[in-house]
Amino acid sequence: MTSMLGVERDLNLRETELCLGLPGGGTTTVAEPETAKTTGKRGFSETVDLKLNLQSKEDLNDNVKNIASKDKNNLLSCTKDPSKPPAKAQVVGWPPVRSYRKNIMSQKNTSEEKTEKASGGGGGSAAFVKVCMDGAPYLRKVDLKMYKSYQELSNALSKMFSSFTTGYYGTQGMIDFMNESKLMDLLNSSEYVPTYEDKDGDWMLVGDVPWGMFVDSCKRLRIMKGSEAIGLAPKAMEKCKGRS
Amino acid sequence: MPKRANSFPEEVLEYVFSFIQTDQDRSSISTVCKSWYEIERWCRRRIFIGNCYAVSPRMLIRRFPDVRSIELKGKPHFADFNLVPEGWGGYVYPWIAAMASAYPWLEEIKLKRMVVTDETLELIAKSFKNMKLLVLSSCEGFSTDGLAAIAANCRNLRELDLHESDVEDLSGHWLSHFPDTYTSLVSLNIACLGSELSFSALERLVARCPNLRSLRLNRSVPLDRLANLLRLAPRLTDLGTGAYSAEWRPDVFAILSRAISGCKELKSLSGFWDVVPSYLPAIYSICPGLTSLNLSYATIQSPALVKLVSQCPNLQRLWVLDYIEDVGLDALAESCKDLRELRVFPSDPFVVEPNVSLTEQGLISVSEGCPKLHSVLYFCRQMSNDALITIARNQPNFTCFRLCIIEPKIPDYLTLQPFDVGFGAIVENCKNLRRLSVSGLLTDQAFDYIGTYGKKLEMLSIAFAGDSDLGLHHILSGCDNLRKLEIRDCPFGDKALLANAAKLETMRSLWMSSCSVSYGACKLLGQRLPRLNVEVIDERGHPESRPENSPVEKLYIYRSVAGPRFDMPGFVWTMDEDSALRVT
Repeated sequence: MTSMLGVERDLNLRETELCLGLPGGGTTTVAEPETAKTTGKRGFSETVDLKLNLQSKEDLNDNVKNIASKDKNNLLSCTKDPSKPPAKAQVVGWPPVRSYRKNIMSQKNTSEEKTEKASGGGGGSAAFVKVCMDGAPYLRKVDLKMYKSYQELSNALSKMFSSFTTGYYGTQGMIDFMNESKLMDLLNSSEYVPTYEDKDGDWMLVGDVPWGMFVDSCKRLRIMKGSEAIGLAPKAMEKCKGRS
Repeated sequence: MPKRANSFPEEVLEYVFSFIQTDQDRSSISTVCKSWYEIERWCRRRIFIGNCYAVSPRMLIRRFPDVRSIELKGKPHFADFNLVPEGWGGYVYPWIAAMASAYPWLEEIKLKRMVVTDETLELIAKSFKNMKLLVLSSCEGFSTDGLAAIAANCRNLRELDLHESDVEDLSGHWLSHFPDTYTSLVSLNIACLGSELSFSALERLVARCPNLRSLRLNRSVPLDRLANLLRLAPRLTDLGTGAYSAEWRPDVFAILSRAISGCKELKSLSGFWDVVPSYLPAIYSICPGLTSLNLSYATIQSPALVKLVSQCPNLQRLWVLDYIEDVGLDALAESCKDLRELRVFPSDPFVVEPNVSLTEQGLISVSEGCPKLHSVLYFCRQMSNDALITIARNQPNFTCFRLCIIEPKIPDYLTLQPFDVGFGAIVENCKNLRRLSVSGLLTDQAFDYIGTYGKKLEMLSIAFAGDSDLGLHHILSGCDNLRKLEIRDCPFGDKALLANAAKLETMRSLWMSSCSVSYGACKLLGQRLPRLNVEVIDERGHPESRPENSPVEKLYIYRSVAGPRFDMPGFVWTMDEDSALRVT
C-alpha cells in the first residue's frame, strides 16, 4: 500500500496556503489509527488493509463481514469475529436499493413467489420504522428485520442513542410482566425504555409480545424515560394477562 | 454612427428569447450585455434549481420577477439510501411562502427530495390559482390531509404526481375533495400511497376527466376494479395498475383483457404488485405498442417474463427484477431492438448467495443485441473485467452506466483481480458517458482511468473503493465536467480535497460519508472558500469535542451564493469563519 509520503509525491502538492498545517506538526497523516480507536471510527490504515471492521455509528450490526469464499481469499483478508454468528452483516444503505422499494417487496404476496432460501435471517424483506428518543436531536430509521430478538434490537438502539443503555429482557426475550415489582422499578427510574406504536395506534412497551408479532405490528419506536412510560405499563400488563 | 448594444426594440428581443429554452442558453444570453440581462430576466418563465441551498428565495425573486414554473431539489442523492439523517433539511416551505406573494401566476411546481408539509400544500392550494402541475418526487413530511387541500382548491390542476414520496396515509378520502366541477385532470400518480382509496370517488373522478392520459394507481386498487377504470379512460397512454392479483376466473380475465385492449393508445405500463401470472396475458393485446414497461415490483419468474417481453418489439424502457435472469435478458436482446434504458433490480439484496441465475452474461447480451441501449442500472453478484471490456466494446454509446455488484469489494470472479481495467474500458470507450456508478474491488488505478477518460462525466458514485487520496485526486483533477460526486466508505481524506479545493466551486455538490476527511480540513475548506458551504454532519456531537484530525462522519460540500443556511438541525455544522456575520 502506498505510504502517505508516496502519496505526497504523486500528488505533486502545490505549496499553496491550503496545505493542511496541523497544530504541533507538519503535514502528517491525518487519520491516525490511535485516533480512530478513540473515536471508534475505523482508521485510514485499517481501511487500506481491507479489514471490513466497520465501526461507524450507523452500523446497526457490529459484524465483520465475511466476504471470503473458498475461491477468493488471496486478495482479501477475511476476519471473522468469533463472537458473532455467521449471518451476513448489513451495512446501512447497501446495496443501494431504496427503502421504499424494499418495503414494497416485503409486503409481497407469498402465493406465487419463489421459495426463499434459508439464508439465515429473513433476507430480502425489510421493515423500516422511525425511531426517536426524547431529548435527542435526531430521528433514525431502523429495519426491524435485521434483528432476531429484542436483545439485538436493544443493542442496536443503544449504539445509536448513547443515553440509552441496553434492555432488560428476560430469558424468553420478552418483558417479564409477571414480575411486577421489577417492571415497576424500571419504570420509576430515570432509565430510558423503548416504546412503540402498534397497528392499532396504541403506544406499548417494547417487549410485550413475541418478537415476530412485534416486527409485524410495530409502526414506530420512541425511547422515553421510564417515568414517562409508566402510563403504558398497565395497558401492557392487561394485554399480556389477557393473552395468557 | 456609434454601434448600439440594443438595435432591436425590447419586444423583438423578448420574442427571439422565447425560442431559447434551456437554462444554459438562457444563462448565456443573459451575460451578453446589461440590456440583454434585463430583458432576459423579465421574460424567464422556467427556473431549475438543482440545490435549494445554492440560492435563496429572495435572490430568485429579485432577479426573476415573473416565473411560472419552478423545479427545486433538496437532499443529496444518498438520502435515498438512508445515509442522510432525518431532519437534515430540504424544507420547501420558505420557498413557497416567498413565491406565494411574488409569483401569484405560478403554474408548475416540481420538487425532488424535499420536505413538504401539509401546511406547505395548503399554502400552495391557497396561493396559486393557476396551479397546473404539482410533482412531488421522493418527498416526505406531508399527509393525505395536505393532498385534500390541493384537491379541493386547485381548479386548474392538470397533473398531480407523488412519485415515490413518503406520504402519511391518514385516509383514502382525500380524493373525494376534488369537486364535481373539476374535470381538468390529465395525469395522476398515486402509486406510492399505502392505504385504500375511495374507489367510487376514483371512478367518478376518472369518468368526468376526459383528458386523462396517465393514471398510476396504488396497490390497494384490486384487479377487478381495473377494468371499470379503463373503460372510463380508454385514451390512457400511461397506466400503473394496482395489485395485479385475483383468484383465477375466466370471466374476470375476459373482462380485463377486453378493457385493456380498448386502450389502444397505451404506451407505458407499471404497477403489477402481487402478480398472478395467469392474468398477465390480459395485456398481450397492447404489448406491441408498449414503449415503457416497469415490472420492478412484479415477482414473476423468467419464463413468464420472456413470454411478455418477446411481444414488445417497440420497448424502449424496461425496469425489471433479477428474476428475469440471463435467459430472459437474452430474449430481451433478441426481441427488443429499440431498447434504450434497462434497470435490473435485486429481488433479494441481502443474501450473499445468488437466488437467481443472473450474471454478467445478461448484461453482455443486451449490450450486444440492443444497439440503442444507452442507460443501464444493473445489480448482480458476479462480474469480470472481460465482461466489462466486452460490454464497453459492444456499446460505446452509454450515457449512464450504473453497475452494482452486490457484495462490496469483491474482485473479478475469474481472475480475482480488481475491476480497474474493466471500468477503465467503460470510460475509455463510452465517450459520452455522463453518469457512472462503480462497485466491486477497485484500486486507485480505476480512478486514474476515470479521471483520464471520463471527460464528459457529470455524476459519479463510489462506494467501498480505492486505496488512498490519490484515487480522489485523479477524479477531482481529471473529470472536467464533474457536477456531482458522492462517495461512501472510501479511504479518501484531506490531501486530495485540499489540493483540489478550487474544483469544488465548479461542482454542484460533493458528498463523503465514512471516509477519512478530518474536521481540521473541513474547517480549512470552509474558511478559505466562501462560496462553498462545507457541512459537517456528525451524530456523535460537536466536532470540537474530538481532536482536529479526527475524521468526520459525513461531509456535504456544495457551492452556494446564499451563504450558510440557518435551518440546520443540531447535528449539522457549517464550517465558516464568520457565519454569524454573514448576510443572506
